[in-house]
Amino acid sequence: MNKRLIYRVAAAAAALSIAACSSSIKLDDPAPVEDRSSMPADGSAAAGAGAGAGSASTNPAGSSRPVAQLTIDTKDPLQDPNSPLSRRSIYFDFDSFAIKDEYRSTLDAHAKYLTGNRAKKAVIQGNTDERGSREYNLALGQKRAEAVRRALIALGVSESQLEAVSLGEEKARSGANDDAALAENRRADLVYQ
Amino acid sequence: MKALITALATLPILILMLLSGPCAAQMRIDVSGVGATQLPISIADFATDSRVAQEVASVIRSDLASSGAFRVIDPQKTVSESVPPDYPGLRSSGAEAFVGGSVTKLSDGRYDVRYRLYDIGKQSTLLGESLITPEADLRLAGHRIADAIYQKLTGERGVFSTRIAFITRQAGRFRLNIADWDGENVQSPLNSPEPIISPSWSPDGTRLAYVSFEAKKPVVYVHTLATGQRVAVANFKGSNSAPAWSPDGRSLAVALTLDGMSQIYLISASEAGTPRRLSSSSAIDTEPAFSADGKFIYFTSDRGGSPQIYRMPASGGEATRQTFGATYNVSPRISPDGRQLAFITRREGRYFVALKDLAGGNETVLTDGGQEESPSFAPNGRWIMYATRSGGRESLMAVSVDGRIKQRLNSNRGDIREPAWGPFAK
Repeated sequence: MNKRLIYRVAAAAAALSIAACSSSIKLDDPAPVEDRSSMPADGSAAAGAGAGAGSASTNPAGSSRPVAQLTIDTKDPLQDPNSPLSRRSIYFDFDSFAIKDEYRSTLDAHAKYLTGNRAKKAVIQGNTDERGSREYNLALGQKRAEAVRRALIALGVSESQLEAVSLGEEKARSGANDDAALAENRRADLVYQ
Repeated sequence: MKALITALATLPILILMLLSGPCAAQMRIDVSGVGATQLPISIADFATDSRVAQEVASVIRSDLASSGAFRVIDPQKTVSESVPPDYPGLRSSGAEAFVGGSVTKLSDGRYDVRYRLYDIGKQSTLLGESLITPEADLRLAGHRIADAIYQKLTGERGVFSTRIAFITRQAGRFRLNIADWDGENVQSPLNSPEPIISPSWSPDGTRLAYVSFEAKKPVVYVHTLATGQRVAVANFKGSNSAPAWSPDGRSLAVALTLDGMSQIYLISASEAGTPRRLSSSSAIDTEPAFSADGKFIYFTSDRGGSPQIYRMPASGGEATRQTFGATYNVSPRISPDGRQLAFITRREGRYFVALKDLAGGNETVLTDGGQEESPSFAPNGRWIMYATRSGGRESLMAVSVDGRIKQRLNSNRGDIREPAWGPFAK
């Protein structure tokens, strides 16, 4: 199961106006699942059903005939642009292979995701700028990829989930020769398989 | 024949091999500089009953001229090998050697290419040969004649009939190419949307090892040119790169990352097998190159804090540092006679081809472009071809090991890089 299920629970309130109801009940949601028994007026079931990052609305007015709405949504956090997992690139200083502190939260998020999804695999691609020997740059890119791989393993990711490879200077994003372009190419990218 | 060679011309020469004909030639050679001595040689047009003959004579002329060892004189006349040369006239033209010849179409469609080489001073024949050649190999016949003349007059083997491999990048595609030494007669055994680097010729010239990124990671292949058959000889977890042939053609030294960092291993050149680790450091070890006798492997390592060239026994073991003159010395290549080490050195942020006499220890910078990469020795050890960049374009150049002569191979095939000079033709 690659997709992570997110449950959303919403409560309907008969006492609210028609206009209010129309904004909180998504009639056009696909395959809604209703669960009448788990919907007390105080909305405590919403927390219980929230296995993921779901949100629930409570029923403040208290209806005699409450109807709770539960929506099953398949959402991959890898596709979520607001997730810290959307950051896949780790940038390095010139001639350095140390992971800077600003990338700790990114690596933490990826480690958490990979440890929670043991079937997932990722390739870490090291890159360098275009100065100097292609083969030596390939080895330097490997050193960057390896630094990221070791950091993820230290955070609990299994070795079998990761492969560190190098693209050296061959896939430079920017061919320019200024400092910004050189810095852009000194990076390792996480690529999920 | 050394007596024939005299010190002459001191002005730079410029030779343009302009392209003609339908299969023409995407490349062009510019030569600058001259050798210490230049032998004046007159090469006549070859007698013929067909149109292809002059190509043979012009190949011989441009080969010998680009070597820097000759000053080529075109007598502007046709002289067959079957007629005695006009010695007085040739002597007055300043020539010390003369070549006449003929190209005759045979009944089976092949050509009989004949020539004679004369010593004008002694009024004697130095060489005379007949080469039976298919039409597609007429240029090759010219290169072979140039090799024979070069060897007779300089005492050294010529490289005009050798081939080079190189990579081009154009319109988002990467091509592995094979061409005559002068960049003519280009063929592309492989093209790919992903990068190809580090081509390396097998010692017998029938196979190429290279690194292809077609699997989204570097994998080492061995490619048989005649059949197009390929074997992924190193496709291990991590990166696989930097193939270098052992002199017997049976093994490759490669850089693998089985233990995290790039280290040097020995693998079979013919099948995917079990690698044997040769280097052992906690740093980067890559770019292996066998010594000419196969007893040692030179390689790049940053174990001392900066990338330098080291040498270890070919079976592995303790490594000793070889380069000292700069903080970045990479890409070792050993000359065919085993006496010299060519490499790339960084000086004040720029990258040059350097040469080190392994016995004497001196390091000499041979180039002045500043963005040099990937040196490759000619099989006679006289030239080093390399990649460079200028004006945003990548191109190939060759420099004579004495640093006096440079040749640029221009191409309309986009960026051109990663040269590997093939072995002598069998």
